[in-house]
Amino acid sequence: MSVVVTRNVGLILFAISGLALTAQEEVVISKEAWHLNELPIPIAVVGFSGEVERVLKFDLEVVGCKLVSPSEAQYLVSGSNSERVEGRLTDQISKTVLLAKAYTGGTLRAQAHAFADDIVALLPNRGRGIARTRIAFRVAQGQVSEIYVADYDGFNAQPVTQDGTITAAPAWVPGRLELYYTSYKLGGPHIFRHDLSTGTRKVFARYPGLNTSAAVSPDGRRVAMILSKSGSPDLYVCNADGSDLKQLTFTREDESSPCWSPDGRWICFAAKPKERRVLCKVRADGGPVEIIRTGGVPNPTEPDWSPDGRWIAFTSQTRAGFDICVVPAEGGTATVLVAGEDPSWAPNSRTLIFTRRVQGGTVLSLLDVPTRQVKDVARVSGNCSQPSWAR
Amino acid sequence: MWHEFRAIVRNQVGPDKLAEENSNVTWNMKLNKLGNLLVIGLMVTCAVCGCRKKPVAVTPIPQRPPGQVGDVSPGRPIEPARETVGYETPSGIPISEVDRTGWREDAEMFKSETVYFDFDSSAIKPGERPKIQTVATYMKANPRVAVRVEGHCDERGTIEYNRALGERRALAIREELVRLGIAPDRISTISYGEERPVDPGHNEEAWRKNRRGEFVILTPP
Repeated sequence: MSVVVTRNVGLILFAISGLALTAQEEVVISKEAWHLNELPIPIAVVGFSGEVERVLKFDLEVVGCKLVSPSEAQYLVSGSNSERVEGRLTDQISKTVLLAKAYTGGTLRAQAHAFADDIVALLPNRGRGIARTRIAFRVAQGQVSEIYVADYDGFNAQPVTQDGTITAAPAWVPGRLELYYTSYKLGGPHIFRHDLSTGTRKVFARYPGLNTSAAVSPDGRRVAMILSKSGSPDLYVCNADGSDLKQLTFTREDESSPCWSPDGRWICFAAKPKERRVLCKVRADGGPVEIIRTGGVPNPTEPDWSPDGRWIAFTSQTRAGFDICVVPAEGGTATVLVAGEDPSWAPNSRTLIFTRRVQGGTVLSLLDVPTRQVKDVARVSGNCSQPSWAR
Repeated sequence: MWHEFRAIVRNQVGPDKLAEENSNVTWNMKLNKLGNLLVIGLMVTCAVCGCRKKPVAVTPIPQRPPGQVGDVSPGRPIEPARETVGYETPSGIPISEVDRTGWREDAEMFKSETVYFDFDSSAIKPGERPKIQTVATYMKANPRVAVRVEGHCDERGTIEYNRALGERRALAIREELVRLGIAPDRISTISYGEERPVDPGHNEEAWRKNRRGEFVILTPP
């Protein structure tokens, strides 16, 4: 609870200073919390070349910076990359150097990402940098689809499966190089568990009927999923070894796409009670199913709960297509962000990766939620979809 | 790196907590205007330290003045904050596991009996029922065969939503077969969601053909 305590102290200090001096009509905004409709930060990048320059610019734009000339910039990123990445970050308003660092080891690309993360950590409302995180996703070519993992920007992509069948719905085990996904390798849709560090995998759920949409709890101990063995697609949860299976919903209609609240107490999912598609949540150990209101947007599916607990991102389906939306986690009025589907939060609870339909297929894109800036990740041949951000 | 991050995640503050803190700030500033600097300073200090030795008699100030319940947009229904799904229905007929590895598969026999569905629906339309009757009649006449019902969707819908909907469609056909007297363990289901369209087009004509349930007859070796 250290952050909570710090914030309380900050507020109280502010209150006391207000008492001791004069009442200030100020609004206290938490350092970490962004809000919708922020303006991008004007930033300039000078002195770098080639791949390092491209990486730095990409990493900064992804988290809501706007690249401008040095004279217009609030922050100046300067340095060089002759043999290694060396750089500094200057706040041009206060005229102070916030960071001066040189990087060794790894590739220049990795050094550039590390530098970007150090910069982002010093910018307001950005939290921890995400430039060295990983994603998993599905790549479809014709009727075959496989699971891939890559750096968050799509580089260094490598296949995880080569089964030549339908593979889908990858989900990371939090904090581990381990994935769950759905595969038709053994006939029907079954859930596999795949350890990427050892290459070993095993069948996790092979019940009669549908087995799909695995989602691992934040502590890695429980797995939520959709099974139809009762005669209808329902939400189930079990231990990470498959034991202690428990059915959480008992509806005739289909539930889909479970995700966990970051405290591990709730599972959010898409459902369709009374012929109306809604987002719902249920306690992870069972109980009544509550509707999470997504006011203003129809047909919500594919929810993902932000790691800081504040937001649920989801897909809304309209007559025109699909939109990425967010709603406060307790429910309320939803906000449409951009066209797209299947959002997954980055560890910073600010950036989303999602699937975007383009001419003749789908690509993955990164969305900075507060500024709504969108950047496409590097393309892998085939149609990419169902991104899952390691966190 | 991940572990460090997760430690931060656990320390987050929910929106309710923030709202509460903000209202406390406003409250403090209002009192400040009264000029009772020292007394309030002490009160705040006590609140900070969690001082329990000498409890100060403080009259709690209501969050809102009595009678003011907040703004309501006229003419709009007010939805309850915590709406629950207040019903549970039997899920359906449980699926039993029968291993039919090595059985001959025939997807052509009942190709013309493919059952079509309305958009985003798993209800069997009255006009489609005779097709299921045809399959049931064949299965009654051939008690050794089994059937696999394959559920499919059009591309309108997200991938995993459609995988669940395809299963729901296959199960709806299965329930109809059971109603017509076929034993549940002779019927298995599989959903392909939107992964196996018969028509790759992106128009109503293609979508209509793709929202379907197909029969694959399984014959023992």
